[in-house]
Amino acid sequence: MSYLPKPKLHHPTLPKNALGYTRRDYEGAISTLCAGCGHDSISAAIIQACWELDIEPHRVAKLSGIGCSSKTPDYFLGASHGFNSVHGRMPSVLTGANLANRDLIYLGISGDGDSASIGLGQFAHIMRRGVNMTYIVENNGVYGLTKGQFSATSDKGSKAKKGAINTDEAIDLVGLALQLGATFVARSFSGDKAQLVPLIKAALLHKGAAFIDCISPCVAFNNHEGSTKSYDFVREHNEVVNKLDVILGRQPITAEYEPGSVTEVTQHDGSVLRLRKLAPDYDPTDRVAAMNYLQERKAAGEIVTGLLYLDPDPTDLHANMGTVEVPLNRLGDAELCPGSAALARINAALR
Amino acid sequence: MRALTATNDFVVKFANVNGSGSASANTLFAKSILRMGIPIASRNIFPSNIQGLPTWFEVRVSGEGHLGRRGGVDMMVAMNPQTWDRDVAEIEPGGYLFYDSTKPLPKSKFRDDVNVIGVPLTEMCNAAYKDARQRQLMKNIMYVGALSALLQMDPAVVEALLGEQYKGKERLAQSNREAFHMGRDWALKNLECPIGLRLSPLDAVGDRIFVDGNSAAALGAVYGGATVCAWYPITPSTSLAEAFDRYCRRLRTDPETGKKRYAIVQAEDELASIGVVVGAAWNGARAFTATSGPGISLMQEFVGLAYFAEIPAVIFDVQRAGPSTGMPTRTQQGDVLAAAYASHGDTKHILLFPEDPHECFTMGADAFDLADRFQTPVFVMLDLDIGMNDWLCEPFRWDDSRRMDRGKVMTAEELEAGKTFGRYLDVDGDGIPYRTYPGTHPSKGAFFTRGTSRDRFAKYTEQGSAYVDNMQRLLRKFETAKAYVPRPIERRAAQPTRDGVIYYGSSSAAMREALVALEGDGIHLDALRVRAFPFHDEVMDFIARHDRIFVVEQNRDAQLRTLLTIEGCVDPARLVPVLHYDGTPITARFIRAAIADKASALNVVPLRKAMP
Repeated sequence: MSYLPKPKLHHPTLPKNALGYTRRDYEGAISTLCAGCGHDSISAAIIQACWELDIEPHRVAKLSGIGCSSKTPDYFLGASHGFNSVHGRMPSVLTGANLANRDLIYLGISGDGDSASIGLGQFAHIMRRGVNMTYIVENNGVYGLTKGQFSATSDKGSKAKKGAINTDEAIDLVGLALQLGATFVARSFSGDKAQLVPLIKAALLHKGAAFIDCISPCVAFNNHEGSTKSYDFVREHNEVVNKLDVILGRQPITAEYEPGSVTEVTQHDGSVLRLRKLAPDYDPTDRVAAMNYLQERKAAGEIVTGLLYLDPDPTDLHANMGTVEVPLNRLGDAELCPGSAALARINAALR
Repeated sequence: MRALTATNDFVVKFANVNGSGSASANTLFAKSILRMGIPIASRNIFPSNIQGLPTWFEVRVSGEGHLGRRGGVDMMVAMNPQTWDRDVAEIEPGGYLFYDSTKPLPKSKFRDDVNVIGVPLTEMCNAAYKDARQRQLMKNIMYVGALSALLQMDPAVVEALLGEQYKGKERLAQSNREAFHMGRDWALKNLECPIGLRLSPLDAVGDRIFVDGNSAAALGAVYGGATVCAWYPITPSTSLAEAFDRYCRRLRTDPETGKKRYAIVQAEDELASIGVVVGAAWNGARAFTATSGPGISLMQEFVGLAYFAEIPAVIFDVQRAGPSTGMPTRTQQGDVLAAAYASHGDTKHILLFPEDPHECFTMGADAFDLADRFQTPVFVMLDLDIGMNDWLCEPFRWDDSRRMDRGKVMTAEELEAGKTFGRYLDVDGDGIPYRTYPGTHPSKGAFFTRGTSRDRFAKYTEQGSAYVDNMQRLLRKFETAKAYVPRPIERRAAQPTRDGVIYYGSSSAAMREALVALEGDGIHLDALRVRAFPFHDEVMDFIARHDRIFVVEQNRDAQLRTLLTIEGCVDPARLVPVLHYDGTPITARFIRAAIADKASALNVVPLRKAMP
């Protein structure tokens, strides 16, 4: 970690987005994580994605649970409200926040201990409710803050730093998210920013439950020989199914592609996701096929990354509930309190 | 044989089988008496079961207006063969046993000292109806008919109620009326009517309403501006969330779009319920959950976070008998300490103790103002007795000039104008800091909410001095709350006394009745009804003004007494516990006997210094 705060002065030539903000305006406090931690790369990718999408930082609410990953919301989007809540319970807090104000962008940051162990129940239920959010698990297969215990996403046979071999089956959050109805499911690698930034952008634009499982090696406790979540292992076994470009409304199309090698999906908000196929016949709009493919590749020892599933026209919790368009936290006495006349009628019916 | 005689002062108990449709007939019976202007107190006594097990409904008729449970049964309507023996045994000598005489029963099944009234209900139903379910349901209405003749109930009142109940369903109303009269006519023709227990029209109900506390609390949440409800089904609180849903559909649907001005999440468990509440309240919505003891246990971690991170939350705790699963369908005031000090570390929470559905409504609405004002969890402590039983109480009242008190929330305009924002900065000296809702201002007012320690500007720190500073401010805030929570209510004895009694919640009705009786016994007590925690200064003044104070509670461990002892540094020897905790609602008879007993015992105890 760095002890030197960055100077607040910007270089005058730093590029600005449509809102006039530089990338620096999307940064947060100085990270207190270990030097080389994958999580810091994910924070950088979030900053990049929000900057590129011209998101007003204060319109994002960032929520997390407890753990190394859950500390990171302090390290990006310093102008956003953040909530470092209870271990494994960020999904419920995010659900409540989302119900209170449907107009903000909700970013949930969690880890493999936070989401796959203590919080597996809440992870499952937020996915099945279709809360409009981007949910990122910074997955390193290990407990960092308590120094190196296996987590529930550690692969069977993976070796701990002190030599123990994991004998328990790993929980695959991507498989769960697919099964439980998430409408945007991706897996990425903190070491591949070119892949991760467009995925985060697409997830932020998605109007439903978007989940990204981001493998993020722990340099302190899980980056050794024999670990299946180390930089080297992930690089060697990474099978990328597609490459994504996110194209916003008026952006001109410049690149040219081989016919048949590109799929374009228009999301509900008008953004276009252009997918360059790398795995032949992989169709990210076919949920059942995606589940099968992931299982097959997993059995072969590969880690599949890319945009794995997308429902371009999802519904969300508010739509399912039929809540009013105005955020609930903006309703006042007139809209909420039925008044004494209505109460008199209620009293009369109780006599 | 002796036959009890009483007008407008007796207890009728119905012994039924769960799921037999008796509830609506029993409610009809109870409401008819109310419509005659006679106060009643009714209680369901039911098992943790949906169908087939015994269930009881008790109606206390009290022209004097006593609303607590009296104890004892003057007339048993014994409709459940399974519980026959114990039901018969419960009748007061000289009382009445009403039963279905279709099947002859051996003489050994009866008692010599009670008056037996047999009506061949099943036989009559089988003759009148073909459908099995109809036979079952109409049998219930038929016994109401027979009872109306025996007790001199006004049949016009019953007919009017049936008309209201089945408004727009004339066929149903008609068939119910017929069954009612079938029972009534049979009794008038074949039995000596009326019996010694009689109803006589009064004008003692006034404009009072008859409603259960869970519905009242839910309505309070609607009026209090709650927009987010997250809950997990648990007896006896389930009907609170369901009532909120019912009232919201009626009162909170946008008339133009048909969309909802509220959101209800049936969560996966109580942890998620309180998590949703905390998230919603953090983001500026008024939010609540409804639960019972086991749910309170599960919510502990979040309650501590809400206390420390200063997030409003309203928790309706409809208490039942614990510990563990305890007796899920029996009442108790068993969560007082668990709620007051909920969570790990040093915590204290605001508790409200409604005495009846009227206060469930009032406090249900007030809880949201208090939660916002103090940015902290507020527990509304109902119990099964208030929550799930219909009580006769003052009508709900609302002042249309009232506005929600959202507490100290800094706006975008104030931030823009350069007002200093420190999330945990005590600018007014009352311990309450300002907060901002997420998304308020592009560059000012954002902060990071955490359960870990931080300084006055919400910046992370593990410095001991900053932590202590914050914890001390939280204490100051709690101190400020004393003046905002509902004040205690005192009732002075007829003559000056050094003895007092403290009580709260659903014990109130029985306590008031007991006070009158004790006065008759020559025991004079000043009485204080505690309505909230933190304790108002008047509570400690009351204790200081008396030598000996009885503390009446419905739990084993004298939990309020413990709380008084700790918070007021009161000598425990001066607080004499009076405890009722068998799962049934406390009675005036119990309180009277217990206090009389303890009062005389204490009076003969030698002074301490004289003891070895």
